[in-house]
Amino acid sequence: MKLYALNMIQPVGEKPPPEALDKVMAELAEVRRDLESQEAWVFGRPLHGPEASTVVRLRDDEVIATDGPWTEGKEFIGGIIIIEVEDLDAALQVAARYTRVTGLPMEVRPFQGLI
Amino acid sequence: MSVLVRVFGDVDVAEEAVQDAFAEAVRRWPADGAPPSPAGWIITTARNKAIDRLRREAAREGKQAQAVLVNVAEPVEEGVVRDERLRLMFTCCHPALALQARVALTLRLLGGLTTAEIARAFLVPEATMAQRLVRAKGKIRDAGIPYRVPEEADLPGRLTGVLAVIYLVFNQGYGGRDELAAEAIRLGRVLAELMADEPEVLGLLALMLLIESRKGARMRDGELILLADQDRALWDRGLVDEGQALVRRCLRRNRPGPYQIQAAINAVHGDAARAEETDWRQILQLYDQLMGVAPSPVAALNRAVAVAEVEGVEEALAVVDGLDLGHYYLFHAIRADLLRRLGRREAAAAAYDEAIGRTENEAELAFLRRRRVSVCG
Repeated sequence: MKLYALNMIQPVGEKPPPEALDKVMAELAEVRRDLESQEAWVFGRPLHGPEASTVVRLRDDEVIATDGPWTEGKEFIGGIIIIEVEDLDAALQVAARYTRVTGLPMEVRPFQGLI
Repeated sequence: MSVLVRVFGDVDVAEEAVQDAFAEAVRRWPADGAPPSPAGWIITTARNKAIDRLRREAAREGKQAQAVLVNVAEPVEEGVVRDERLRLMFTCCHPALALQARVALTLRLLGGLTTAEIARAFLVPEATMAQRLVRAKGKIRDAGIPYRVPEEADLPGRLTGVLAVIYLVFNQGYGGRDELAAEAIRLGRVLAELMADEPEVLGLLALMLLIESRKGARMRDGELILLADQDRALWDRGLVDEGQALVRRCLRRNRPGPYQIQAAINAVHGDAARAEETDWRQILQLYDQLMGVAPSPVAALNRAVAVAEVEGVEEALAVVDGLDLGHYYLFHAIRADLLRRLGRREAAAAAYDEAIGRTENEAELAFLRRRRVSVCG
């Protein structure tokens, strides 16, 4: 089995209206239940937007914290799901379900090493 | 190769092992004679070589794990070899790999071309191609792309991807690199044997064979010769017959798809002993069917050629002028020919100039330049 991160790619800008969001959230909960029943679910949470982000970095010998994401972009990672499945094909199938529910692209990234 | 990739789970280990095994074969077969199952011999030898190599490395680096993982050899059956090739084909053509990487991997791992040969065929430096292959193999390993024939639900889409890679290789060969066309046909034959129940697989093989059958007639003195002007005695009758037999097999299945229909169109050409005897009505019907299942501007352009023969040149020109294919040399070449036949010489000359500016193929250029001169001097 391999671990994969599914990164939900979200455009910067307006959020969908609450009634549309409710339907999406209900469907996402269903996908999660299915993954849990298949013992594929490891972890998953939506992230706050880049406006809530703080970057800590080294400048000379001093560590400083600054406001904002590490890179400005038109898209950001809106949520992370970690699954444990057989291979890339299985991971892509899960990602396809998320994409159908949210309409958002999903980046599928393998973790290093086997479990 | 494919068997070993699965045994070792690593393309590089398998590749080195196969090279070792072939080196051994070159040393031993001339003296001892070839073994009864050469493929099985290579695999068994390669596997033993790989185990030796991994043990040596394990001893050197204190890495025991990889050597332990290797199952010590039971003999390998021919049937297993075939199944493994199919798995490897789907792996090489996985949609998670970039198209260029799929083509390169297929030629390297299934076609047995060297990295240098593939680099030459695609006009990139060998180092670039080597890097592309390393990255692709790395992704297969790291992303966990499986060695498996896809499940039923995914099969049609994934098979389309495999066929597209093979046809792309074939078309690279059409531009004069014969070894690629031959390799594509060989891969098409392998796939047709492994997946004989898939009519599109047979359709693609038929299409390639029928196009290839005209190779000897397609050029004269470095100039492209159009289908209508080809010396049909130069067509390879064996390939025509084989292609047409495959088309008939497809017809019996009655599950038409784009490759089968294009093969059928080429089979109709193969029936005509002289260009004037071509059954253009049937060809036009087939193009209509093609536009039904897989509409594309390029298919519409080719259909226009049949329209010119059945309905008239004016009608064909109207079809062509409605297409948004201005970047494509063949669009201008076909348009030029229709204008020439309508006696509109200046417009035809301008269209030939457009076509000439959009191809670098010497044979096509020679043809277009001669036609350009013939309309306007």
